[in-house]
Amino acid sequence: MKVEVDEPRCVAAGHCVTSAPEVFDQRDDDGVVDLLDDAPPEDEHERVREAALLCPSAAIILQERDGPA
Amino acid sequence: MPEPKALPFSARDAECPFNPADELYELQKQEELPRVPVPSPIMGEFEAVELTRFQDAKEAMSDPRLQMGFVFDPEQPRTMMNQPGNLLNYNGADHRRLRRMLTSAFTIKRIRSLTSKIEEIVESRLDALEAAGRGADIVHEFSTPIPTLVICELLGVPYEDREGFQRRAKIGLDVNTTREEQIANLGEMDEYMGRLVASHRRSPGDNLLGTVVRDFGDQLSEDELIGIGNMLLVAGHETTASMLSSSVALLLQNPDQLAVVRDDPDAVDDAVEELLRYCSPAIALPREAGEDMVVGGQEINKGERVVTSLLVANREIPGAEGDLDVLDVRRTPVPHVTFGYGSHQCLGQQLARAELRVALPALFNRFPALALGVPEEEIDYRTTSLVFAVNKLPVTW
Ligand code: HEM
Ligand code: SF4
Repeated sequence: MKVEVDEPRCVAAGHCVTSAPEVFDQRDDDGVVDLLDDAPPEDEHERVREAALLCPSAAIILQERDGPA
Repeated sequence: MPEPKALPFSARDAECPFNPADELYELQKQEELPRVPVPSPIMGEFEAVELTRFQDAKEAMSDPRLQMGFVFDPEQPRTMMNQPGNLLNYNGADHRRLRRMLTSAFTIKRIRSLTSKIEEIVESRLDALEAAGRGADIVHEFSTPIPTLVICELLGVPYEDREGFQRRAKIGLDVNTTREEQIANLGEMDEYMGRLVASHRRSPGDNLLGTVVRDFGDQLSEDELIGIGNMLLVAGHETTASMLSSSVALLLQNPDQLAVVRDDPDAVDDAVEELLRYCSPAIALPREAGEDMVVGGQEINKGERVVTSLLVANREIPGAEGDLDVLDVRRTPVPHVTFGYGSHQCLGQQLARAELRVALPALFNRFPALALGVPEEEIDYRTTSLVFAVNKLPVTW
């Protein structure tokens, strides 16, 4: 799985951090998403999918099949 | 006195105010998007497209063509809808610019760091409730003071001033008021907040208002700062107070679900999510189609107003299991729209969650025998406001 975040779209609602804290954080100064791991391990995938589903501004973009590194 | 107006997009069942009225379910089933009359003290009655389906609501609220119909007009009297600084009055880049000045105060990390402060506030209110004795009103002793104390602390607003700002917030959200009352009310709100902002300009406090003045004071006008303060003060206490009272009222009528919240700390987060979904106290403000657009395959014309009924949308969430008209605190959380959706999704939602997660189990643990002090059918609900609420909730233990 490949994860991308679209920073300008992020509204700092924080769902990603509650869903998958190993993969997402928020910048202290403006709460915008901070991607910690753009190729998270298998056992994080479900949580990352949940984050993408809950994100109100479609700022989390997933590519399910691993592309070339 | 004219008959109080209920909002068509928030109509509630006459028997049970937690349930949407039958008309809303009818609209939900009807294929065509309906146009309904919406009463507004500020704008007079207007017609709007009403969205009742979950998917339509999400699709519309994440579409940038659907806008807040606001351009600040200094020539017109100030109302909640003609007020700079209020995030709900902005679109696109202007909205993003303002919202990002505030988001650092609402990150998960910052909210977690407030937990012990919230616990302290909750404990002090439980003491007050106990001191008030059996028959005390939960709304007065518990649900209103907790979020008010929290937002005062966070913002830097003196708690002693609560009588005034609570009264003004109530008027501001009441649809059964006149335009003149709204204008006078906002004038008072602005005057109050203007004095606070000025004192933070002189010496910025160690709180949200102080931080915004310190970090962004040079980019924000007085008017904008006042609007930001008013918005946070109103949004920060009315809705959360409503959620607390509604949750207590509901759980006291469902003792087995109350027991889950009281006895199983691991179940509390999911239970709060279910209570949020089920109560859905806030109603999305009117939007306007900034361009021709399509929602759920149907056309909405440029200039048409749009309202969304969050309450009924939360009752037909695709993919959710079980009967969504039933409160089930053990339900796997479903992604509800109680906090809205899209770029305006509630800024304070993690704070609201934190307050609910601390306050509800603490109440039921302090008073394990808590019970309604009046018969169920006599609970006094407020259904004619932009925020659903309980007016009074006497309890015994
Ligand atoms: C359970 C409690 C709460 C509920 C149900 C709630 C609900 C909502 C909803 C539905 C919206 C979106 C309105 C729209 O899109 O038109 C919203 C926006 C907002 N809420 Fe809340 N809210 C709650 C608590 C809070 C708290 C505690 C705060 C602040 C400290 C807060 C601050 C705001 C702000 C500033 C906005 C505007 C965001 C924007 O336009 O970008 N809310 N809220
Ligand atoms: S859930 Fe979406 S909007 Fe919220 S912080 Fe994460 S990326 Fe940003």
